[in-house]
Amino acid sequence: MSHTFTLDGKPVPFTEGQTIMQAASAAGIFIPHLCYHPEFKPHGSCKLCTVKVNGRHTASCTMRAAAGMVVESETEEINAERRALTQMLFVEGNHFCPSCEKSGNCQLQATAYHLGMMSPHYDHFFPNRAVDASHPEVLLDFNRCILCSLCVRASRDVDGKNVFALSGRGIRTHLIVNARSGKLGDTDFTLADKAAQVCPVGVILKKRQGFAVPIGERRFDKAPISATAETTEER
Amino acid sequence: MTYQLETAAHPETLRRVAIDPVSRVEGHGKVTILLDEQNKVHQVRLHIVEFRGFEKFIQGRPYWEVPVMVQRLCGICPVSHHLAASKALDVIVGARKLTPAAEKLRRLMHYGQMLQSHALHFFHLCSPDLLFGFDSDITKRNIVGVAAAHPETAKRGVLLRKFGQEVIRVTAGKRVHGTGSVPGGVNKSLTVAERDELLKDIYHIIQWSRDAVHLIQQVHTQDPGLYNSFGIFRSNFMSIVGHGGDLDFYHGTLRARDDNGRILFDHVDYQDYDDYIEEEVKSWSYMKFPFFKSIGKEHGWYKVGPLARVQNCDQISTPFAEAERREFVDYAGGSPMHAPLAYHWTRMIEMLHAAEVIKELLHDDDLLSDDLMVQGERAMEGVGVIEAPRGTLFHHYRVDENDLITMANLIVSTTNNNQAMNEAVRHVARRYLHGREVTEGLLNHIEVAIRAFDPCLSCATHALGKMPLQVELVEADGTPVHSLSRA
Repeated sequence: MSHTFTLDGKPVPFTEGQTIMQAASAAGIFIPHLCYHPEFKPHGSCKLCTVKVNGRHTASCTMRAAAGMVVESETEEINAERRALTQMLFVEGNHFCPSCEKSGNCQLQATAYHLGMMSPHYDHFFPNRAVDASHPEVLLDFNRCILCSLCVRASRDVDGKNVFALSGRGIRTHLIVNARSGKLGDTDFTLADKAAQVCPVGVILKKRQGFAVPIGERRFDKAPISATAETTEER
Repeated sequence: MTYQLETAAHPETLRRVAIDPVSRVEGHGKVTILLDEQNKVHQVRLHIVEFRGFEKFIQGRPYWEVPVMVQRLCGICPVSHHLAASKALDVIVGARKLTPAAEKLRRLMHYGQMLQSHALHFFHLCSPDLLFGFDSDITKRNIVGVAAAHPETAKRGVLLRKFGQEVIRVTAGKRVHGTGSVPGGVNKSLTVAERDELLKDIYHIIQWSRDAVHLIQQVHTQDPGLYNSFGIFRSNFMSIVGHGGDLDFYHGTLRARDDNGRILFDHVDYQDYDDYIEEEVKSWSYMKFPFFKSIGKEHGWYKVGPLARVQNCDQISTPFAEAERREFVDYAGGSPMHAPLAYHWTRMIEMLHAAEVIKELLHDDDLLSDDLMVQGERAMEGVGVIEAPRGTLFHHYRVDENDLITMANLIVSTTNNNQAMNEAVRHVARRYLHGREVTEGLLNHIEVAIRAFDPCLSCATHALGKMPLQVELVEADGTPVHSLSRA
């Protein structure tokens, strides 16, 4: 049985058990997100997909849709909050888009453009994070990690390898590799793993391949992230 | 001669004049002059006051990022760093010989850059001095003044630069800081539409470049007393030279000559550059002072850039530029021309050559090929050298077994000219400032000498006519005596 709720005044159909995010995506409506991926159980941590439901803030990737809900998403108030969250992600890591291989294919960068982010606004943390180049095929650049945990979920739930984990608490939370040495080269991780395909930013990269795709031909050069909502799994 | 006026015997007794920052050059630098009570010059130094640190902070980064990262050194000729780094990393990925398409596309990108950079320097930065005079009305001595008095010249300057930028855009993806060149080749070829768009304008560009050569030739030869002697010093000179001794900006072997034009070394594989060149550090500048090892630091310094290249090569492969080179060599009278203002003349000859090469390349169907990448046996170390607009540019990298950079050494073009620029500035100070009351016009003579080299002082930033010039005369005890400012 089909129901509807309203999203920014427009009726959106949903099926029983769907979240607001799932129903909106199915209807071709973009709600900004970073830790959500249609193939994985929602994590609800990045908060970029925050909407107001009947006047109260909630994460649209975890909130199940219900008939008659009044959902607000593309409002100046909510986008200002999303912009602030995005700015915090930028200053907490070291995001140098000009020399990042993921530039143009990066969801964080594309989301910042979508939200009209013109500057980092906050003071940079400039964390000191070394790269892990121990694996023969894959480079890990922790400087760009936004703690979405998609690689954690993919490795654990799809690859059955449990290569990655989030360690620490609060602002000290960081991505680690589950090996005694802490090095990716000491795991059974491969380029064919699902976890190698899901990083929305430039942490997990194929080695010895940089800038093979020219400027103008990268994913978000062709269309903004809001126009590719239904294909977010194609990273 | 080398060290005259570099360090005064008793600086504490002297007044200090500072040109800070030097204007209408790329980057930030300053000149300090120490004068005694009779305004006699005792010390002159061109200081480079910015610290960049690229060599350090790319350590620990994956090598494939480097061509895109290091080009951020500069917004004026980033293509130079992009390509020099790519060439060094070609060696590391085993791509000793690129595909014909990749080599030609890179060459096109580079010659587009040479065209735009030389046009920018000549028309935007230097033509006000050359057309109006070094101490002419300061309110008109800028590109806006040139546009008012010589609108066609100014317009051509803008359009020449624009064309060069378009060449860069179609080959690198962006006009500034593109990603076209990658270790082992390039990531895109030209479309027929892109090529045809450039072909529409290239014949104008060649004609305007010829006119620019004739303009500076006329300016130079009409006042030989000034142009042949202003800031003059004799020195060795160096560049890479292409196959058969041709002028080549993209690839070749190292050749150096002494001040009389005699070959010091030739056919040197630039992978071995550090057997020939060493750098000295001086406490008063962030820029090092390179010299030829075989001669030593006192007499082994040299100049690079257009004046060196045009006189170092045996010939230029394109007809119009070769004819202009012969005219220049004839004018020089059979021995090397050392006058710094002759840089302008040779720079325009190079711009003409760049335009002619672009035309030749645009008629080559290899530019449309998709055969763009090669790789071979991996190496742990590589050197890339290119003739950037301002002179010979060295990039040297080592990588570890995990593909991370462990060492980087960059000798940028302007660094090669460091001692040469200091010598020119000292000569001008002796000739024009010695014993005189300092005026803005006289201080501009110092800047004219620096501008001739087209220095990129930090190889990173630039400012055009907006930088205020402040000159202060201060007694030895710090008491201000006199100040001038240019808003």
